[in-house]
Amino acid sequence: MMAKHKITNSIRKLRFHHDEMTQQQLADKVKVTRQTILAIENGKYSPSLELAFRIAQVFDVQLGEVFTYEPQQK
Amino acid sequence: MLTIQTTEHMSIQEKRGIVSLVSSLLITAIYFLVVLRSYPEGMTTDEELKFWAKTLLILIPVKIVGMIVLHILFSVSSAIATGKEPEGRTDERDKLIELKSTRNSQYVFIAGFLLAMGALALGKSVTTMFVVLISFGILSEILDSASKLYFYRKGI
Repeated sequence: MMAKHKITNSIRKLRFHHDEMTQQQLADKVKVTRQTILAIENGKYSPSLELAFRIAQVFDVQLGEVFTYEPQQK
Repeated sequence: MLTIQTTEHMSIQEKRGIVSLVSSLLITAIYFLVVLRSYPEGMTTDEELKFWAKTLLILIPVKIVGMIVLHILFSVSSAIATGKEPEGRTDERDKLIELKSTRNSQYVFIAGFLLAMGALALGKSVTTMFVVLISFGILSEILDSASKLYFYRKGI
């Protein structure tokens, strides 16, 4: 059973718009593994608040522009 | 051009998990095959306790050394095969997966401990108690590795 997350993100789009940053480059900037960035992008992992802020800081945007909380569909 | 890296083959953490599981089972199996070949019959309870205590205490360093050697071999062969050094970084996701996997394995180990004590309370032999304990110890290791693989694959 795959973990269900209510949190979606636009990291892939943001990476593209930042000189086509690779997952590895983003991972190095926020000091996590590339697999973690991949898991976040695919909705398989919700980052901690600190990591979420670090990611937002890399793209120089507000947290809400990176992550979105959506109510679960019943 | 948008770099899409949505799926990939097994990650290094997953491979490491499988190596850990297989190594652990292999070392334990070989060790007990060797030890039980010299299992003396007709021991008193005290002698049985001593035998199993020694067996388990010696297993610890044997396993540690065996796992280190096999992991080094895996890292070297992985580096040769992929042409790059494995990422040494451990981040929050790795730690969370480690914690949850350990929790899962502890449930099994505790169940095994209770069963072992139950067997003893019901008048079973000391050897039966240790067999139950060791079996559930092995099961808990399997669950630990299986949990890690599941969390890395399916998400946490």
